[in-house]
Amino acid sequence: MIAPVPIALTVNHERVEALVLPRLNLADFLRDHLSLTGTHVGCEHGVCGACTVRVNGDIVRSCLILAIQAENATVETIEGLSDSGEIADLQSAFHQRNALQCGFCTPAMLMAAQDLLLTNPDPDRDQIREHLSGNYCRCTGYHAIVDAVESTAHARLERAG
Amino acid sequence: MTPGMQTAGLSPLDRPNSYIGKAVPRPNLERLLEGRGQYVSDITLPRMVHAVFVRSPHAHARIVGIDVTEAKTMSGVIAVVTGAELAKVITPWVGVLSHLKGLKSAPQHAIAVDRACWQGEAVAAVLATSRALAEDAAEHVVVEYEPLPVVTNVRTALDPATPIIHAELGDNLAFERKIDAGAVDDAFKRSDKIVDVEFIFGRHTGVTLEPRSIVADWAPGDRRMTVYLGNQAPHMVQNIVAKHLDLEEAQVRVLCKDVGGSFGVKVHIYADEMATCALSKLLRRPVKFVADRVESFNTDIHARDHICRGRIGVSHDGTINVFEIDDLTGVGPYSMYPRTSAVEANQVIILIGGPYTTPNYRGRTRVVFQNKNVMSQYRGVGHPIACSITEGLVDLAAQAIGMDPVEIRRRNMVRDDAYPCDSPTGLKFEALSHHASLDKLVAMMRYDDLRAEQVKLRKQGIYRGIGIASFIEVTNPGAAFYGVGGARISSQDGVAVRLDAAGTVICQTSVTEQGQGSESMTAQIVASAIGVSMEKVRVILGDTDNTPYGGGTWASRGTGIAGEAALQAAKVLRGNILATAAAILQGKPDDFDIVDGMIVDAHGQQRIELNELTRIAYFRPDTLPPGFQPELMATRHYVPRQYPFAFTNGVQASWLEVDVITGKVKLLKHWVVEDCGTIINPQLVDEQIRGGVVQGLGAALFEHCIYDETGQLTNANMADYLVPMATEMPDIEVGHQISPTLESELGAKGAGEAGAAGAAACVSNAVNDALSPFGVTITEIPLTPRLILTALGRI
Repeated sequence: MIAPVPIALTVNHERVEALVLPRLNLADFLRDHLSLTGTHVGCEHGVCGACTVRVNGDIVRSCLILAIQAENATVETIEGLSDSGEIADLQSAFHQRNALQCGFCTPAMLMAAQDLLLTNPDPDRDQIREHLSGNYCRCTGYHAIVDAVESTAHARLERAG
Repeated sequence: MTPGMQTAGLSPLDRPNSYIGKAVPRPNLERLLEGRGQYVSDITLPRMVHAVFVRSPHAHARIVGIDVTEAKTMSGVIAVVTGAELAKVITPWVGVLSHLKGLKSAPQHAIAVDRACWQGEAVAAVLATSRALAEDAAEHVVVEYEPLPVVTNVRTALDPATPIIHAELGDNLAFERKIDAGAVDDAFKRSDKIVDVEFIFGRHTGVTLEPRSIVADWAPGDRRMTVYLGNQAPHMVQNIVAKHLDLEEAQVRVLCKDVGGSFGVKVHIYADEMATCALSKLLRRPVKFVADRVESFNTDIHARDHICRGRIGVSHDGTINVFEIDDLTGVGPYSMYPRTSAVEANQVIILIGGPYTTPNYRGRTRVVFQNKNVMSQYRGVGHPIACSITEGLVDLAAQAIGMDPVEIRRRNMVRDDAYPCDSPTGLKFEALSHHASLDKLVAMMRYDDLRAEQVKLRKQGIYRGIGIASFIEVTNPGAAFYGVGGARISSQDGVAVRLDAAGTVICQTSVTEQGQGSESMTAQIVASAIGVSMEKVRVILGDTDNTPYGGGTWASRGTGIAGEAALQAAKVLRGNILATAAAILQGKPDDFDIVDGMIVDAHGQQRIELNELTRIAYFRPDTLPPGFQPELMATRHYVPRQYPFAFTNGVQASWLEVDVITGKVKLLKHWVVEDCGTIINPQLVDEQIRGGVVQGLGAALFEHCIYDETGQLTNANMADYLVPMATEMPDIEVGHQISPTLESELGAKGAGEAGAAGAAACVSNAVNDALSPFGVTITEIPLTPRLILTALGRI
């Protein structure tokens, strides 16, 4: 086995230094080393999307990259986005619309939805469905999620005037 | 108006400020929205070790020997345990119930001892300080197998030439049931048209997004086993764990906190979870097992694998004279324990023809063993199959006599004023609304406009189809489901409510939460019945140490059964609070009411807040009248007794387009009208329906556990096993009829499985409708492009 490697990165605006095995993926690093368990592991092969986090501003599947690849990176998880208030309106819309049931896909779904709204502030329902298609939800049937993202987009546009 | 006048003659549920029927948001969702839930996969305990199972690569093989020498020396490894070693601390089980007459199965071990009977059955466990290290060592456990002949084809499973999987059972037949009602042969003879087809339903599975997870913590000092488990039925698990690990039930505590999807997959207890409990007892420390996705596909229960010949006889005037089915299903090598693997087939045979007056019905179902993963109850249990067969036959009958699919249903569905009544097979219907529901559906979807559009588009070479499916659904089951068969799975539920010292209502319920909204439903009922805001109600669930005894969440029973218990408990507490108020305020209980957490008098005057009442009751009881003891806690239990099940009904429709060049199906819109009686929270009901519909749509188009002839599951990953994605799913419009059950005061029936019941049937009917210009009928799901293009003769 290859020896642990030191890494340094920023996670949710905090500097993190750790010794990790080269084979450790970013999802397991966040969950097992930093106790950031809001990043969920659903398939461990990059399909379900439950482990989606933001790395250097882009959403990625944290089960498909290694922790050592995040050297010097800026990583944001659902805990970070929640504490900063960046997606408070989106979270509230999900709550009001019951756009979550078991909640296991939800942190990653919020990540993906926010990613869409940052790049396309006025998506139609088909565009929302397309952008969220890398995130599986087995509970809701997606309709309520699309509603919540759509209403958040409209509210943000209104606020922006 | 005085409070007394406001509430006179009104149920507490109809009072002003009632939450019943209100789409209030579910409480306590922030933790899930912020990634701060606690799923079992998130739990870490001191000295916890991780279990990884070595699994049989063969569908059927004798275990000749297991060499663990090298694995035991590897980094981080605590133990390597074989089935024979584990069998010293856990007894095997047999998944049969006495009311499923003739059902047989063989003893199943937590870890296989001599023989593996499906690809994926555990043959050894490796325990290490991390999951990764355990997986490393598992690769070095050397198992010598002697492959045995496999039984995979259900059509030949009962042939004399086919090997018998469990020799001691005599054959591969697990269960058989026949029904013969009315005069079937005569009815076929006098029918103008007879349709005779074979339906094939692909094997699929639940794919909960959080895989099955357990932390078992045997504390030798306390002699107690604490089981953290994502499960729908904690008391059932308590019983099973105690029974097979030689413990008293009181020595086992089962905690079910946040659960990442369940859908019936997690109503069962699996061999892996039982093994994890046994390993914890053996090692005297906490053991965690989290299935990976490949293991989930290989060991989570599968469902629906049925081949069914169906016949229908119809007269030119549209009268459906007769249904007949011959159903065959393969359920793996064992009947699942303790709920068995015969329930789906049993539901199929009793539910055929459910919405219709047709008096003549003959059915046979056979359940056979095979060397594949175990099948058992998954959301909808039998309903999607019974609905697809019934509604597929009805559409084909309509086509045979040239009648519109809506019209043939109107002519044959049980009249809305015919209730209560019995079905030809003896099912008892209290109050259903097939006609009103169909009328509403036809209006919602603008059926005539869609038909006109369909005709127009066909001329342009665009093939769209409409599919309709009515159904009945078993909800609120009483003891008839499991208890009478000998399973210790409670059909009753209990709820305890208490007013604590700060005036907050603490509610403990035996129903469980996996996201469907049990907590919200309970809080809405309790808050309404007492007269406080929902913010003042805290609901505790999923803990056998801290809730009354009860069944949990399955078979669409949570609201109808545990909701009624919550109502009755809250009413008693309300009475006790008013008695205390009367003692404090020197009046009669009837003189007072509770409105938004305040005791008010007959003139509507606010007298004291509940937290003042509790201050006196708990801290200054010396000021109360002599002999008066406030009882600010109440418990009630409930189980339906009058009807074995509360049947519900519904109808769904699909509007879709088939690309006859690529064979792809594009779902355009889906509609549902369902009748679950009293609705507590319409938003939650709608979302249960939508979620169930999409699981049914997945079954109709994508989801399929594909085995080869050697019993290998060839697509056990999420890239090859397709589940619905957002972009493939349509918007789903939901409407309601409301026919409350009169058996309970609440009047609620179940809604959790109605979506799954009819969705696939609609899609099949719509695809056949779209393809009708080609004279093509497909009675198989999933409706893959390959299947459609083959039927069209294009490949």
